[in-house]
Amino acid sequence: MKMRGARILLEALRCEGVKHVFGYPGGAVLHIYDEIVQTSEELGITHYLVRHEQGSLFAAAGYSQATGKTGVALVTSGPGGTNAVTGIANAFMDSIPIVVFTGQVPTHLIGNDAFQEADLTGITRSCTKHNYLVKKVEDLAPTIKEAFYVASSGRPGPVLVDLPKDVTAQVCDFSYPETIELESYKPQVYGNPKQVRRAVQAMIEAERPVLYIGGGAIAAGAYDEVRQLAERLDLPTTCTLMGLGGFPANHPLSLGMLGMHGGYWTNMAVNNCDLLISIGARFDDRVTGKLSDFAVGAKFIHVDIDPSCIGKNVRCDFPVIGDAKTVGRQMLQELDAQLSDGVKIAPRDAWHEQIAEWRRQHPFSFKEDGDIIKPQQVIHELRRITGGKAYVSADVGQHQMWTAQLYGFDQPRQWLNSGGLGAMGYGFPAAIGAAVAHPDELCVAVVGDGGFQMSLNELATVRQYNIPVKILLINNGYLGMVRQWQEQFYEHRYSHSDMEVAPDFVRLAEAYGVTALRATRKDEVAHTLEKGLNLPGPVLIEMKVAREENVFPIVPAGAALKDMILA
Amino acid sequence: MKHTISVHVENEFGMLTRVAGLFSARGYQVDTICVAPTLEPGVSRMTLTTHGNDHVIQQILQQTRKLIKVRKVVDMTASPHVEREMVMLTVNAHMGEQRQEVLSLVEIFRARVVDVSEDAFILELTGNFDKIEAFIGLLKPIGILDIVRTGPVAMTRVAAVRAQQLADEEEEFSELTLNEKV
Repeated sequence: MKMRGARILLEALRCEGVKHVFGYPGGAVLHIYDEIVQTSEELGITHYLVRHEQGSLFAAAGYSQATGKTGVALVTSGPGGTNAVTGIANAFMDSIPIVVFTGQVPTHLIGNDAFQEADLTGITRSCTKHNYLVKKVEDLAPTIKEAFYVASSGRPGPVLVDLPKDVTAQVCDFSYPETIELESYKPQVYGNPKQVRRAVQAMIEAERPVLYIGGGAIAAGAYDEVRQLAERLDLPTTCTLMGLGGFPANHPLSLGMLGMHGGYWTNMAVNNCDLLISIGARFDDRVTGKLSDFAVGAKFIHVDIDPSCIGKNVRCDFPVIGDAKTVGRQMLQELDAQLSDGVKIAPRDAWHEQIAEWRRQHPFSFKEDGDIIKPQQVIHELRRITGGKAYVSADVGQHQMWTAQLYGFDQPRQWLNSGGLGAMGYGFPAAIGAAVAHPDELCVAVVGDGGFQMSLNELATVRQYNIPVKILLINNGYLGMVRQWQEQFYEHRYSHSDMEVAPDFVRLAEAYGVTALRATRKDEVAHTLEKGLNLPGPVLIEMKVAREENVFPIVPAGAALKDMILA
Repeated sequence: MKHTISVHVENEFGMLTRVAGLFSARGYQVDTICVAPTLEPGVSRMTLTTHGNDHVIQQILQQTRKLIKVRKVVDMTASPHVEREMVMLTVNAHMGEQRQEVLSLVEIFRARVVDVSEDAFILELTGNFDKIEAFIGLLKPIGILDIVRTGPVAMTRVAAVRAQQLADEEEEFSELTLNEKV
């Protein structure tokens, strides 16, 4: 059937099973928005009007991270696209599958410095997995097919499709390709069996192993495989910031998060292990600290779908290229085979006891201070009231680390944060995405007063669609993490980290028509939080917390894990 | 160490900037780069030279392979190969002794004179890096007015290609048996 490009785009989205789009209109995408108002309902696609293009990307990211589906964002040319760049870079760093459609000036004006023109494929080349400029309408459907395939397969990531205005007006026959194969792109899913065998043998023989789970395990849906590996091989298991929920926090084998703000016992276990088994993690500098002192006595197994991650930061003894779930299954089969040959798993009681001892020495802790609310207390209460079942997004900073340390994520895709890019402003719109995907679940955005002010414009979005996001604002009046570093590493010189002027957040939320509550004393926390979480629709809950609380432990930038500061 | 890397790419709009951009974004050096079509329509072959330690070269290979429209990346340095570069030079060639000297160098290096004027020649020479450097070195005292080099192109030696094919077949065989197990 013949139809114009704008309609082809929507039909293609329907074919991809897309139900929700986060976007913002503008001149170059008017044909598309004209089609949305006429046909999106019939196609079962709901468009959410955000209040800033960056919000559309963060919402699409939260939507994708909370579901595993590919997120979709739609923005206009020029400033629409450039505003989206931070969100695209965030998805690139955290391997989130998103397809971003950007408007572009008509093909005959490209390169002419036309109104609202920006070279969006050029600008986003280094922060997308791939990008496309569609030059004629016949290419539109195949390009969209390819974009979704590339975004969601292999190591997932954002893909941008740039749509010149005239292409969305041109007419051609619509047929959507059913299958796709790219000569130049064939992700390796199945791990090399010889490598798997050697890796499993090492896992059986190790005396002090640690299993180290990253975001890749969540992306691959390897939760069951990871858990079985850990239980059957008796492996203490830690998760990266991106991997939280990839292994249940309440499991006896769980070590919690490792790295810069990881537990003392976790980092000690990693640093003293004789075998570190990494599944879908990439040995980021925030995880390893000083590389030359990182787990010096250990051998490394590294399972990753992205070959460029293996051997990038640490030497690898047993590289396995493949999908975390598939390789996990292979490992379990291989384990069966080796155990049936009479091989015995090395005893690890002493190792578990050692780790437990480290945990007893320095558990997470904070000091009470009269009536003042401590941010850690807020996160503990959040865990208690929600039973650990909520979808929780965080912005970037101290509150993010406290949430990561203390909430206790038992399920994958429950924890949303901007790990790699560390983009302030992420938390609130990401929770919008999660709440759109899971309208019947509790979705909480834990944000700081700094990051929230970078995206509080989305209060209008949650009001407009009555999206029941609960915003838990941890307000200390500082850019807390910046202040902490200035205190610890710059002799208390607080340079521009004090947010001297801030709005009255409760009245601000109310101005948007959003219900808001505030607690200022310790004894109000539980009650206020419980009340706010149980109100219908969007709610802002402000916690006025201790101004100068620090996140501990902390491994100073560039220092070894063992040199973490405990308090 | 210097490495010569061959990259087969789908010849799409902006492909060169994707590869070049990857190098600059990740801080790798490109010493030379040379791109032209292959026999297969829509596929171009780039030969680029770069340098770095083994770790850097490994990352270059892997990161380049990750680009969606890159089909194949081969580090030519790892196996026996032939490398050639072309240079064109405009050199002084005034009537008399100078002209004779240039012509004798052309003879010795098996270069060619491709343009002649009263006081200068344009010379063309193909060869490996060392040969071209030597030629340039000898012409410098005479006076090089202009120079352009292509940067090397490289091809794996036939025997090495055969050996690789055998290895690939073996690999395919093991992949097959492995798929049966799934």
